[in-house]
Amino acid sequence: MKIVAICGAGIGSSGILKVNAERVLKRLDIDAVVVAADIASLPAVIGDAQVILTSAEFVEAIGKTFADVVVIENYFDTAELTTKLEKALG
Amino acid sequence: MSLPPLPSEAVVVGATAADWREAVRLAGAALVRSGAAREGYSDEMIRMIDEHGPYVVIAPGLALAHARPGPDVLADGLAIVTLATPVEFGHPHNDPVRVVLGLAIKSADRHLATVAGLANVFNDSSAIQDLAEATSVEAVQAIMEENR
Repeated sequence: MKIVAICGAGIGSSGILKVNAERVLKRLDIDAVVVAADIASLPAVIGDAQVILTSAEFVEAIGKTFADVVVIENYFDTAELTTKLEKALG
Repeated sequence: MSLPPLPSEAVVVGATAADWREAVRLAGAALVRSGAAREGYSDEMIRMIDEHGPYVVIAPGLALAHARPGPDVLADGLAIVTLATPVEFGHPHNDPVRVVLGLAIKSADRHLATVAGLANVFNDSSAIQDLAEATSVEAVQAIMEENR
């Protein structure tokens, strides 16, 4: 399974989402690859991604997609990530 | 984990900023003082927010100002600015901001180790408040050091 974390620069905030999503997925025992990318490279990396993790600011730019777009408010709250990832993947 | 060094030049405690742009500039100036970035990096960090919105406010009270690796980045660097008066970035959930991190990344290849270090510090939900309430540069450095 593939998950894409999106921010403006492709480093920094999307990297934090990737790191914390990987920690949560490991705890949930879910096997997935998480890729961090900037919004401009989304078409190149989305492939068959099942979930896109991002901030509300990027939802419009992400546009129509088959992936579940999951908006994270607090990037450091692994409880929020856990709940939202479980819902998206469940 | 590999947080960049946090020398005292990269920390500003109890700063006053009129708005978010000034707060980001304070973080940029701290990165310049510590030798991590050139003057132009502040403008790049501000441009990211002008272009994409206040998404850099990634947790309640905390902004992670950053731009892409580029010629204005001299070395991996972290700066921390705490604000005497919180500022609004226009974020729907996480305003107002009391702590601004400035992050300079030299190479995208290595950045995940750095942000993993940030996650180690800030996944502890008390870290932001502890930083906001710190009254000295040394106290800020200690908070970052003990959680890295």
